[in-house]
Formats: sequence, structure tokens, C-alpha cells
Amino acid sequence: MTIILTALLFAAVLGAVLALVIGAAAKAFAVETDARLETVTDMLPGVNCGGCGYAGCADFAKAVVEGRTVPSQCPVCMTADIDRISEYLGITAGKKEKVLAVVRCCGSIPVTVRSPYNGIGDCRSAVLVAGGAKGCDYGCIGFGSCAHACPFDAIEIRDGLAVVHPDLCTGCGKCVETCPKKLIVLAPAAVDVHVYCNSPEKGALKRKVCKTACIACRKCVKAADSEDQMMIKGFLVETNYSNPPLPDLVEKTGCPTRALRLASEHAAGVYEGVSK
Amino acid sequence: MSSKPRKFKGGVHPNDSKALSETKPVQEAPLLEKYTLIVTQNIGAPPELVVQKGDTVKKGALLAKAGGFVSVPLHSPTSGTVTAVDKCPGPAGVRVPAIEITADEEDEWGSPFEPIADWQNADPDMLRQRVADAGIVGMGGAGFPAHVKLTPPPDKPIDTLLLNGAECEPYLTADHRLMVEQAEDIVRGAAILKRVFGLETAIIGVEDNKPDAIAKLKEIAEPYGIQVQNLRVNYPQGAERQLIYALTGREVPIGGLPMDVGCAVQNVASAAAVTEAVIKGRPSIERIVTVTGEPLVEPGNWRFRIGTPVSKAIELAGGVTVQPAKLLLGGPMMGIAQKSLDVTIMKNTSGILLIPTEQVSQYSSEPCIRCGRCVECCPMRILPATISQAVENERFDLAEELNVLACIECGSCSYVCPSHRPLNQHFKRAKAEIAAKRQKG
Repeated sequence: MTIILTALLFAAVLGAVLALVIGAAAKAFAVETDARLETVTDMLPGVNCGGCGYAGCADFAKAVVEGRTVPSQCPVCMTADIDRISEYLGITAGKKEKVLAVVRCCGSIPVTVRSPYNGIGDCRSAVLVAGGAKGCDYGCIGFGSCAHACPFDAIEIRDGLAVVHPDLCTGCGKCVETCPKKLIVLAPAAVDVHVYCNSPEKGALKRKVCKTACIACRKCVKAADSEDQMMIKGFLVETNYSNPPLPDLVEKTGCPTRALRLASEHAAGVYEGVSK
Repeated sequence: MSSKPRKFKGGVHPNDSKALSETKPVQEAPLLEKYTLIVTQNIGAPPELVVQKGDTVKKGALLAKAGGFVSVPLHSPTSGTVTAVDKCPGPAGVRVPAIEITADEEDEWGSPFEPIADWQNADPDMLRQRVADAGIVGMGGAGFPAHVKLTPPPDKPIDTLLLNGAECEPYLTADHRLMVEQAEDIVRGAAILKRVFGLETAIIGVEDNKPDAIAKLKEIAEPYGIQVQNLRVNYPQGAERQLIYALTGREVPIGGLPMDVGCAVQNVASAAAVTEAVIKGRPSIERIVTVTGEPLVEPGNWRFRIGTPVSKAIELAGGVTVQPAKLLLGGPMMGIAQKSLDVTIMKNTSGILLIPTEQVSQYSSEPCIRCGRCVECCPMRILPATISQAVENERFDLAEELNVLACIECGSCSYVCPSHRPLNQHFKRAKAEIAAKRQKG
């Protein structure tokens, strides 16, 4: 009985002494942290996509609190979230235009020439074999490296083609780095009209391998409200994002190859099975 | 040197299927109306064009001059007119700059240089310059400019000249036929290269499965003081490092070059091209190509001019009996898959191979069972299984640590893997990612 009591007493005294030591150490060696840091981190989306250029949301929060960047640099946050953060910190949100990823290709399996390929099902490996088994050297090869990289599941592989869903895309830019064909661009979210083609080759050559290639026929350039809304670059037309055309341009033009599309309708699958 | 056959460590023994074409003598391919020459046919800097659309050129005339030291000039395969300076499908799948020559049917020579008749006493520098001017590249497949190998830095003297007649790739018989039919050209080429280095001897390495070539070479090589060494059949015996090890027992360090161990290696076809350039005064504009594969009616060996479309070569071989599944430039182990019949023959195209559907394996990428067969056969003694797992997890830093850059992409590991893992493609990916990272800095 005495042994048990002695042991209990010893444990109790040891516990009390250690608690005092730990308590004193915690006071003496306390690291000062900004209390706001945790709050701001909680306000951020927490997906750690890296779209802001920092190593995850916590790192970005630190940068914001220390004033090295502004809340609007987060590509994922909704405007309301950004306002909340800036209000909490009492700083200006800064200005940043919302951008969306655009995969500049609409050559799905039914409309393109392809070779059989039986290697690794990943774009970055597939391009090492004959530049990707697609007739067009510049188009989407559809193994979904971008979809895999997307933290928001905003890219769908439909008929061997990567399609961005504008309602899910946050414009973080992860897919842009991943695509081995350098097909994906970040375009202002306010613009809906895009040319879904990336091939700089001549029209006849493109048409041999893809029914929906831009052949630079200039119909859209002529149909646009002003000359510089659609820009001709070699054998390819591009939307001028600094002076964008209105969405009705697609209907007004009647693009013969259907390479001119609205991002929203492209994602909804409106153009499927209608190419000429 | 003993006649005991030699080999390197590791390697595999694929079915060689050389019987399809090894007894077929080399035939001259008929003159075509048009040749499309890919401008960059070498490793290194791209050549610079010296002709424009509309120019008339003689056969052998300079079309593009070397774009640097590690670069070679390009010459016209026939006389005619430059009808286009555009792009054409390249062997790597993407479109590359090309020149189109429309033949005038005269086929009149206009070589930019004269034969060096007294080559036995010629200045080595002059011979070296001639090899550079003739646009000769490593014709075994790599396309490395031949003159660069002939110009070692002063601190790395060459004491051994090796000629590569291993032709270890299954199906290919172009070098075999060359050794049987043009043994004299190879031996004289070797003698010229020997003179460039100031060496007394040279060794021609030939695999045991070509006894007729060994006999023929031995008979001719002796008076020139050149040895012919037989090698045990083993893939990839014809890879530079493996050949050096088999013939001399020296190991080229990782990241090093043959010159680091005092060796210079040239392909036998390149040696024959040296003879053409020096003794006949003709630039490198043609080569022997094996057109083979089970789907072809009449597989064989042809002497094609560079710029001949693959479709014409297949026509010459009688076309196909069944729809092939794959078209490869080169052999089945290291050949590059093509997606267009418009791709044209280059200086380093040793074979055109059609593979029937039943011989194409589907990669399944099943898990590694750690049997270690890839490790046993890897001629570079690296760990394919471990590296492929690092690559699957996108750990390219780990792959680099495991020496993925030493991989020669011979495909032996993919060949033996019982889980059919696409090991070789993993390594290509790792190399590409590491190169991209280095470029970024």
C-alpha cells in the first residue's frame, strides 16, 4: 500500500513540476505571430493552387498581412471574399481582372485525323512519340494532363479534347504550365468570343487534318464592329482581348469551320456534331 | 586480337528477323521527280540555307552550309531546280524546314570539291576538312557530325579507332549488305580515318550473325593493317559505349564521350561515305536503307538518295499485303514511330520498318513486380524499375539522382519487362523534363 501511495505522490509532484517548467518556457520563448494571419488564411479558399505565385494559401496570407501583395492577387477568391479580407485588414483590395483558361483547340476525335497510340496516357509523355498522335501538330492531344493538374475540376476531356468549364475555372493558370503544346491561355473572363485553333500552318494543310481549324478566311474580321476586334496573325485569327467583340459576333459571322466559338456554349457542347 | 567473340555486360536477345532482307543485294532506287530534303539532318546546329526558290542546282551542289562547328552542310541529291523552301513532316512528328528539289532528269554531277587522289600522303587536316565539307554524319542513327569526332581536343588523344559494324538492331541489314558488297570502301574509309588520327591500326567490330561480312572484311582489311573482330550477338552491341567496352574493355564515364577513354567510333556506313568524299570527291547524298517488315511484299535493301519520301520506298518494296499497325524509321527497338508517309529519308535513316498489328504490344502499365530483369539487362547498369517509379510520381529530381540521363534509350528494359511497363517512355519523359528545367535555369 505504501509503495502505491509513494508512486502516486511522486507522479503528482513530477507532473506539477514539469507543468510549471513548460508553462514558464511557453511564456519565456513565445513566438510573436500576427493574430490576423490565421483569420486571413481562413478567409482564403484553402486549395493551395499556387495561382497567386506563393507557396499555398498560408504563404499568400502572410504576404497580404505583411503588405507585400494585395488580396486581389488571389485568382480563386470571389470579389466578395476579397472585399471581406481587405475590409478586415483595412487595406485596398487592389485591382485584378478575372481571367479564365481557354484551350485554343476544338479538334475533338470525330473531326480530326489521328494515328493509333498505345503508350502512356499522359500528354507530356505522349508528345515524345511523334509529337502526339494527332494529325495536327499544334492541337490538343486529349490525354488530360491539364484536367489532372486542375485543382478545381474545371477541365473536362470530351471526345479527346480538353474543354474548360467557365463557371468552375478560377484562372489559377495551373493548366497553362502543364500543357506541352502551350495551347492554353488565360483570357479576360468578360470576353466570351474565342478562336479555338492554335495552328499557324496554311489553311489547306490544316483542313486536311482537322475539320474545325481556323482557315483565316477573315469572315469574322469583316463581321466585327470594328476592324481590330479580331486580329489576323499569319494563317490564324485571334480575338483582340484589349478591344473584344460582342458575343453576337459568332452568330453574325457564321464561321465556316466553327472555330469561332463562345466559351460558354463550347463548354455546354452546343457545337458538337454541327461542324461542316 | 583473338577471334573469341566479345560482348558487353547485360543486353537482350530479341528475335532478329534479319532473314527478311539479309540476302537481298542492294538495289539502286530509281531517280524521282522530286526530293524533299529536311534541312537539319544532324545533331547540333541547323545548317544555313545558301539557295533560294527558283535556283538551279547540280547534283552534289551545296544547298546549306554548316551552321557552326557541330553542324554539317547539305547537298543536292540530283540536278534540278529548287521549287520550294517550306516545311515537311519531320521524323520526330512535327513539321520541320525543308527544301524541295525538282529533278531535271540529267542527274549531272556538280560536286563542290575534287577527289583527293593521293590520300595516303595527304595532310590529315585536309582529310578532316573534307569529311566536314562532305556533310557526313553518324549514319548508324544518331546523326552526329563525323568531323567533330575527328577533332578531339589536344588533352584527349585518340589511341583507338573503332568501326561499328555490329548492326544489332533486329530487322536491319543495310550495314550488313554494305559490308558484304562494299567492303573495300569501308576498309579504305577506315584507312583514311586512321591517317586523320595518325594511328597504326583500327578495329572493325561485327556481330557473329554476319559471317559473310566478317569473312569479306577480313580478306580485304589485312593489307591495310586493320583488324576485324567478331562480337557475340547481343543487343545493344552497336551502341557506342557498349561497342567500346566489348572491343577494348574500357568504360566511358557517365556524361563523358568516347574520346575520354581514347576511342573514336564511326559507323561502317560513315566510313564508306568518307571514301566517297575523299577518293571520289562526292558529298554525302545517298545511303543504303533496309525497307522491311512482314506486311511488305518484297522487303529488301535499296540505295536511296536523301530526300526520298518513305511512301516511295514502300512502293519499291512492292507495297503491303496487310494494313500495318506501325511505321518506324530505324529498327524495332530504337526506331521512331511515324504518323506520315511523307516523311523523307535522311542521312541517318538506316531502316524503314512496317510492323503488323499482331506484333504491337499494348502497354498496360501494370505494377512493377520487382523481378529485376530490367536491372539485369540494362547495358548502362542503371535501375530502370526504380527510375520508372520516380517518374510515375513526377519525381524528376530523384530520377536525375538515379542517373536517368545515362540511359541510352535502347529499349531493352521495356522489351524484357513482364509487366509490360513503358519504361523507355518514362525515361524519355524524365530526360525531357530535366532538360526543360535546366533551360529554365
